Amino acid sequence: MLGKLSWAAIPFDEPIQMAASLMIIVGVLAVLSLITWKGWWTYLWREWLTSVDHKRIGIMYVLLALVMLLRGFTDAIMMRSQQAIAAGGAQGYLPPEHYDQIFSAHGTIMIFFMAMPFIVGLMNFVVPLQLGVRDVAFPVLNAISFWLTASGALLVNMSLVVGEFARTGWLAYPPLSELPFSPGVGVDYYLWALQISGIGTLLAGINMVTTILKLRAPGMTYMRMPVFGWTALASSMLIVAAFPILTATFGMLLLDRYAGMHFFTNDGGGNLMMYINLIWAWGHPEVYILILPAFGIFSEVIATFSGKALFGYRSMVLATLAICVLSFMVWLHHFFTMGAGADVNAVFGIMSMIIAVPTGVKLFNWLFTLYRGRIRFEVPVLWAIGFMVTFVIGGLTGVLMAVPPVDFVLHNSLFLVAHFHNVIIGGVVFGVMAGYNYWFPKAFGFTLDKRLGAVSFWCWLIGFYLAFMPLYALGLLGMTRRMQHYADMSWQPYLIVAAVGAVVILGGIAATIAQLVVSIRTRESRRDPTGDPWSGRTLEWSTTSPPPAYNFAVLPRVESLDAFWGMKQRGPVVPAERYESIKMPMNSANGFVTAFFAVVTGFALIWHIWWMAILGLACAGLTLLAFGWIERGDHEVSDEQLANAERARLRRMDPA
Amino acid sequence: MSAQADTGAWPNATMIARGGGGPEPVEIVVAYGFWIFLLSDIIMFSALFATYAVLSGETAGGPSGRDLFDLRNAAIETLCLLFSSYACGLGVLAVRRRRMDGFYLSFALAFALGATFVALEVAEFAGMIARGAGPSRSAFLSAYFSLVGLHGAHVTAGLLWLAFTVAQIAVKGPRDFVLRRLHCFSLFWHALDIIWVALLTLVYLMGAR
Amino acid sequence: MEEHSEQHASSTDQAPGVGEDEPSGSFATYTAGLAFALLLTGASFMVSQTDLLWAPGVPAGLVVLAIAQMGVHLVFFLHIGTGPDKTNEVLALAFGLLIVTLVVGGSLWIMANLNANMMPAAAIMEMQR
Repeated sequence: MLGKLSWAAIPFDEPIQMAASLMIIVGVLAVLSLITWKGWWTYLWREWLTSVDHKRIGIMYVLLALVMLLRGFTDAIMMRSQQAIAAGGAQGYLPPEHYDQIFSAHGTIMIFFMAMPFIVGLMNFVVPLQLGVRDVAFPVLNAISFWLTASGALLVNMSLVVGEFARTGWLAYPPLSELPFSPGVGVDYYLWALQISGIGTLLAGINMVTTILKLRAPGMTYMRMPVFGWTALASSMLIVAAFPILTATFGMLLLDRYAGMHFFTNDGGGNLMMYINLIWAWGHPEVYILILPAFGIFSEVIATFSGKALFGYRSMVLATLAICVLSFMVWLHHFFTMGAGADVNAVFGIMSMIIAVPTGVKLFNWLFTLYRGRIRFEVPVLWAIGFMVTFVIGGLTGVLMAVPPVDFVLHNSLFLVAHFHNVIIGGVVFGVMAGYNYWFPKAFGFTLDKRLGAVSFWCWLIGFYLAFMPLYALGLLGMTRRMQHYADMSWQPYLIVAAVGAVVILGGIAATIAQLVVSIRTRESRRDPTGDPWSGRTLEWSTTSPPPAYNFAVLPRVESLDAFWGMKQRGPVVPAERYESIKMPMNSANGFVTAFFAVVTGFALIWHIWWMAILGLACAGLTLLAFGWIERGDHEVSDEQLANAERARLRRMDPA
Repeated sequence: MSAQADTGAWPNATMIARGGGGPEPVEIVVAYGFWIFLLSDIIMFSALFATYAVLSGETAGGPSGRDLFDLRNAAIETLCLLFSSYACGLGVLAVRRRRMDGFYLSFALAFALGATFVALEVAEFAGMIARGAGPSRSAFLSAYFSLVGLHGAHVTAGLLWLAFTVAQIAVKGPRDFVLRRLHCFSLFWHALDIIWVALLTLVYLMGAR
Repeated sequence: MEEHSEQHASSTDQAPGVGEDEPSGSFATYTAGLAFALLLTGASFMVSQTDLLWAPGVPAGLVVLAIAQMGVHLVFFLHIGTGPDKTNEVLALAFGLLIVTLVVGGSLWIMANLNANMMPAAAIMEMQR
């Protein structure tokens, strides 16, 4: 009746998991109770859960990412503390079966449910505003994408309470991830959570590509698009190209596990290397999906706070597109040591070195933008400068490992772990933190507290170096990754320093939370009446903070690159002569309901509750058909409403 | 085109050619978005094609393509899909000219041919499973069943989509938003035929040699 | 937008299937496509079954015929053309084809290389018994 599900699924006999589960359950119940007590359900349903507004959806993505950052970082602190004490004969406090789940969950959550949602959320919020249009191409699809991503996150969190998570690392290599070696539900949780959220991500990529290529304000030619728009386009193109490979590969592993097939099994002719080959054919583009928008954020931030146009716009665009294409030509460098001959290794090694060149071009462009600029050291600029130093180091170690003989020494050592954290934290995390601080006032109408923002930055920067530079040394000393305990006592001092670093980063995260709380409490003192708190250059700063639902009463007329800067040079804002009424899409429960059935279906498939799985899938399909049958109404914003709103906006911008 | 630039119209033709024409009309946006989706679907199929190519020799002592593939069946399936695509195209023409009888007839034909395709494929699979050549027999068979099966699942989903859309037109009339989706369906249907060409060639024709 | 229609060149130098007010082609286009596709399919079957051709060349021939069939579908049924309103679609298709080539070609090259250099999985299993 309930498949493999039984009371044994709840980890009563494991105190750490029980404590974590209880904390999560209490936390969730507390939030739900608060909402009920305050009577916020109607507001939440109407304004957020059924919203198809790209700004709301973007904010929800970022919120999801911040919450999952806490979960993923808890895993990190646990790993660091375990490794700091488990030297020589000591076993630490985490048995191997638990430790393996922790590092697998850490990677899975940080990549799929922290970094990806953060990036997609920022792209969602910013891109339509920067392009001078009212929303993305497919607003309802956008909502569905978000809710499917949230479904995947929910399933991963459920694995903590009911059942277990995968023990196979964040990529679940076979044959370890096949049934004979992972008979439990852990790998199934991993696979279904990622398949469901993968569909959401793919749809978001399609949406963004279509928006950027087909929906721009009049006059915004391709070469007048902000650089963040170009990086969002490249990243979304990569999503569209790479995620189908992930879906196919996970699908094959699922068929092995559920239908007894032999794609990657040891017997029946299966070939495990095909999984590794395909998963990295996705995996390498994935890291460029993450980093390209971060590069775009830095371009915007550096240009704005230098008071200068970005240096070398054309070369930035070309470098972005070059990285986009090259990212599909390097994937073997993730498995140099796994059996390929010297010729194949050499080709992919050379390609991996070539791909560093366009990034170098970008870096020099940022430096030349800063040079002779009037730099304002706001919080986003701190993150940008921290990024430039940190990412270069990480990139250098990457190019080092692109040399196959070097990789033979360093593959799967802590040197590798240090490298990818170097580029992901230094690049992606610093980028999204810069973007978060930069665009927060646009989203909510007040800036974030500067001092706590700086504290957070310095904690992250110092903490990062303390936590990961020792790992470079350890990798060279021979320590492999994912070790629950180790015999060589001489490694312990390094790991203690690394644990201290992790605690400093924890301070950074705490500072970010404090920054949010304090900023909300003191928001009146940091209100942004003009909508342009940073003297911005791009169109999102031409709207109010927050923008109205329709973004622009009249679509802006774009006459140059850095469209808003050009508009400001030409003179003060004049109200339009006449307004035409606008049709805006109505809210839709499609996303939320579909996602609900996706969670039911996923959970049922994981636990082999076949009747529930079929029912869940059928309901999800029926939801799609039901919403497809009705013609979605639009609601009209009349020309009078627009005129009144515009008058109020101009009055607020210029009280005189 | 240069004459256009001199009239002072804004945005002028050069700007439009460089992408400055403003937001495109909704039918173009929808069609383009679906086109991008189709490309992503083709990439998903290509991952399975690559896997099939790598695993096609791994028969684990069991039957191979030469033992199993029935080219006559494959030929009939090919003709079913090709004529179904053709009927779909004619149906789209008919609805654009509001010739509703032709529309219903064409799409009924397209549906029937598509359903025949699915039935033939299901029968082929059932026959193979009955002979002990099911997907769990060997890596080759896993790859074959998944690749061909995924295509068949797409065709089946397409048939459901088609029935739904025709029903919508029958009940609500040829409204704009439904016609946009019908256009997307026709793109989907033709793309499935393209994938079938690859399947036919790489799996059946090469496999049966 | 009205300006767009002025962009269409004269109908003599457009790809088949691209019309001015017939975004979905015409009866002639579809029928021509069907005829070509039938011819090419028939040719594929014949090429694969005949003994008259040099055997090692047959796979290449089949691939060429398959590409031709796909081309017929793209042009006659999907109306891919060279008009300015089709540029985005052609570019997207080109990008997609590039990715497919890289992934499929790259995978085949890599897996062949691995198979040549590594012991087969079955033999490894035997060693461990």
